[in-house]
Amino acid sequence: MTVRKKRPKHLALHEIRLPLAGFVSILHRVSGAGLFLMLPLLLSLFGDSLGSAETFADYKDTVSNPLVKLILFGLLWAFLHHFCAGIRFLLLDVHKGLDLASSRQSARLVLIVSLVLTVLIGVKLW
Amino acid sequence: MVKRIVVGAHYGLRDWLGQRVTAIVMALYSVYFGICALLLPEMSYEAWSGMFAGGFMRFFSFLFFMSLFYHAWVGVRDIFMDYIKPDSVRLALHVIVMFLLIGYAGWAAQILWRL
Repeated sequence: MTVRKKRPKHLALHEIRLPLAGFVSILHRVSGAGLFLMLPLLLSLFGDSLGSAETFADYKDTVSNPLVKLILFGLLWAFLHHFCAGIRFLLLDVHKGLDLASSRQSARLVLIVSLVLTVLIGVKLW
Repeated sequence: MVKRIVVGAHYGLRDWLGQRVTAIVMALYSVYFGICALLLPEMSYEAWSGMFAGGFMRFFSFLFFMSLFYHAWVGVRDIFMDYIKPDSVRLALHVIVMFLLIGYAGWAAQILWRL
């Protein structure tokens, strides 16, 4: 009989200190999952906006709801983060910016640029 | 030179490449869409639906949606493979997501071609 040794696991999530690139990576996943989950909302809004003049008015009504606005604001960030982080990953794929310093810098840039764009576009659309 | 015999389902490279090709399609579309939206004179039904009525925009939008759904399939499947350990639950979730995405593809096509 083989006895399975119980190995200790040290996965205290609140104690793990992710490097910036790790943050960008996990947020890439989180934002992607969020966007996927909200696809029905986005598709129904898109459908309403293009259906007819009446459904367009419905669409305008829906997006003027503060709660919907908040969700869309979050999704805007999710999209922009996923977009910026994705471009960073594509550059890493072709071996651009692989060294530690530039990888850290590009990770910081992704976080900042996606937040700034979210605010800029969000304010314009609000 | 070491010749390795690779075994497995062989979908790794295809998915890896597909994920990147679809990402590039979506990135290009996003920029194009952003520019078109910025150039709209006003956010009215006529202007907005007119933007999607052209053949090129309709084709590109459809391509975007198809890329999106393929991209989402690979991404969500990878998330499930990482976190959902019981095979039966993971398989069920895979099937649900696949059906959802196929349905979304039909929905997107209907939105674009109803115009």
